[in-house]
Amino acid sequence: MLYAILCYHDEDFVGSWTREQDAAVMQKLAVVQDRLTKQGRLGPVARLLPTTSATTLRKDDPPVVLDGPYAETKEQLLGFYLVDCGNLDEAVDVARDLGAANPGGAYEIRPVGLFQPGGEPK
Amino acid sequence: MTDTAWIDAALNSARPQAVGALLRYFRNLDTAEEAFQNACLRALKSWPQNGPPRDPAAWLIMVGRNVAIDEARRSRRQEPLPEDEAISDLDDAEERLAERLDGSHYRDDILRLLFICCHPELPATQQIALALRVVSGLTVKQIARAFLVSEAAMEQRITRAKARVADANVPFETPGAIERAERLAAVAAMIYLIFNEGYSAGGDTAEIRGPLCEEAIRLARLLLRLFQSEPEVMGLTALLLLQHARAPARFDADGALVLLDDQDRSLWNQKLIAEGLALIDKAMRHRRSGPYQIQAAIAALHARAARPEETDWTQIDLLYGALEIVQPSPVVTLNRAVAVSKVRGPEAALQMIEPLSSRLSNYFHYFGVRGAFLMQLGRNDEARIAFDRAIALANTSAEAAHIRMHLDRLVRDSAPRNAKAGK
Repeated sequence: MLYAILCYHDEDFVGSWTREQDAAVMQKLAVVQDRLTKQGRLGPVARLLPTTSATTLRKDDPPVVLDGPYAETKEQLLGFYLVDCGNLDEAVDVARDLGAANPGGAYEIRPVGLFQPGGEPK
Repeated sequence: MTDTAWIDAALNSARPQAVGALLRYFRNLDTAEEAFQNACLRALKSWPQNGPPRDPAAWLIMVGRNVAIDEARRSRRQEPLPEDEAISDLDDAEERLAERLDGSHYRDDILRLLFICCHPELPATQQIALALRVVSGLTVKQIARAFLVSEAAMEQRITRAKARVADANVPFETPGAIERAERLAAVAAMIYLIFNEGYSAGGDTAEIRGPLCEEAIRLARLLLRLFQSEPEVMGLTALLLLQHARAPARFDADGALVLLDDQDRSLWNQKLIAEGLALIDKAMRHRRSGPYQIQAAIAALHARAARPEETDWTQIDLLYGALEIVQPSPVVTLNRAVAVSKVRGPEAALQMIEPLSSRLSNYFHYFGVRGAFLMQLGRNDEARIAFDRAIALANTSAEAAHIRMHLDRLVRDSAPRNAKAGK
């Protein structure tokens, strides 16, 4: 079974780390990730840009594009896509296509700051 | 990270919200700050033992309020302070309080705090000092250092600012829509000023003034979270991120300024660039342009060029043209001329800045740029006069050193030519 591990934290707090503190945390994480990579178990790893860079597409009829992250708590996170796009417009278009195929709910569109493709887990 | 470093980071990030909420209770800046300070002292004692609370801001607000109320009571009735344990056992209380700290309060509390710092009665220098002290939580000593003034002078500046705010009888109600829009522009301008204080530092003071840039970015992100759909706030944040991304390449080992064309672009902070580009992308979707967005778009074109030759100067020229319309200023035209020199040559650029000479007669950059154009045209004697004037007007030793480098090049370049002419 593949498991997704989703990271939650207070971004004000994480954002207030100095560059050295941030690097120290990333280094500690890299130790764990290296171990998983050697075991052939680690897939892609991504660090998202802050929620201030997020855009949300509400899959209503018609769909509505809103600035900011998805803030409702009554829906649950059910999945995610990673799509290579030239800019935000393209990303919103992709989300619209997906939304037309499956209306209802919302997509939060967040640029990825750091991406490690990883191997295909065995 | 050590325990104390974690706690410092947590206190720091909770500060605007906590001080904002305490200000709502006490309606007095000094009382709110003191209450927050006391809560921080309790946190330093309690958190290493009990672990950090789930919601540090809620904890600090609660404790800050209780301690201040207890103190007021004690000074009235000479009652002893409550035992620490009574205060640190906050689990249920914290949860209840956190529920009440809904999104709208959070937003209004921080806004009120920012608006008070940018009160129209305060001159810009006091706005900046007050915001750095109250919102960012920098010590008076740190602020004084960053602004290269004595601690006593900075203390006085902040005290005056607070007195003015108190005299002005600032309403503590949430401002209406129109006032909000006006004040928003003032807050954005204040943040940009803080950034420029750090950014304009010379190589010799960059280390102590540079943190102002990071503080400005933090405030811009804070503002953006309060105004998520405001393209100019996105533009401002993007602009600061894109400019700050170049910080590691802006000075050489001797502290001399390195121009954009000569910077080692591999030193640019790609993480900040990615965030800046994402924000400007997001802002442009609104099709409501403004000065911060245009400047961010210009910075984005520089950030996208892996090598100086790849810079899209034609587009930069157009963007400066747009900026001249929304924010006409001789300095903008001067910047545009640099782009023009790349697209249409130094002659056209020189013509463009000629009419600015009277208005920029005391402006360092005018003579630096003029000298550079003249040098490119081979008019070395005139270039030397311009560079001499620039050195006389330089604000920092790094600026002067940079112009001297041009002068040295002039001397080097013209020496063999003169020798040839002499034959």
